[in-house]
Amino acid sequence: MEEYMKKRGTMLIIYIPRELDHHFAEQITRAIDQELERGAVRQLVFDFSNTDFMDSSGIGMIMGRKRLLSYSGGTVSAIHVNDRILRIMQLSGIYKHIEISQEPVWNYRKR
Amino acid sequence: MENKNEMILEVESRSCNEGLVRIAVAAFSTQLNPTLEEVADIKTAVSEAITNCIVHAYDTSTEKIRVECRNNKRELTVVVKDTGKGIEDIEKAMEPLYTTRPEQDRSGMGFAFMEAFMDQVTVESAPGKGTTVTMKKVIGRQNPVFE
Repeated sequence: MEEYMKKRGTMLIIYIPRELDHHFAEQITRAIDQELERGAVRQLVFDFSNTDFMDSSGIGMIMGRKRLLSYSGGTVSAIHVNDRILRIMQLSGIYKHIEISQEPVWNYRKR
Repeated sequence: MENKNEMILEVESRSCNEGLVRIAVAAFSTQLNPTLEEVADIKTAVSEAITNCIVHAYDTSTEKIRVECRNNKRELTVVVKDTGKGIEDIEKAMEPLYTTRPEQDRSGMGFAFMEAFMDQVTVESAPGKGTTVTMKKVIGRQNPVFE
């Protein structure tokens, strides 16, 4: 799962796979929580540039991490979110709790 | 042309099958010439129903989930059946944000998403007897490009 994560100082970036359902959410959650336990993460960034499907399991995953980080005053954000994912985030009300950016991907990097 | 078709799919309640069922139902629905938005709606709703079977109905055991799809004229019907533990209070279970598993990061939005993305969702369930979720959606409200 490590190839999905990148750490830069106190920022942890998670590259979400093409489909974020219960199956992948569980795996990613485990990897993130391991990293969070080591401490020193202040900003958690979910990068959706490669993602075109998310269901309520993704919402649960993000909300759970938001809860964990809020104890230490950390922030959670989602970037490069497409229209479909944004709609799911709006429907679930999660947009009130995290920062969402739709800005398109200019430098598309291959992972 | 008679616009009728049927597909029956049975998978084990393993999370790796969520993607499989979602894609299969989406592919089946393309016979009704849906828009991309409609396909995405169907995928989300199916994913929620299957996840419910795996997370709630069968919890620790691995058993069969049956998915029946029917096309009739412009209407797609998807029935997701399990023989798991069933739901005690269906009304409560369908409330947005209500979940019996907050510690597992469940958002409580499953049924809410099914209702948001399909035209009609009905749930039949009894404790110990399993649950049947029936979802219907009329495809192609806007004029389709190809007929």
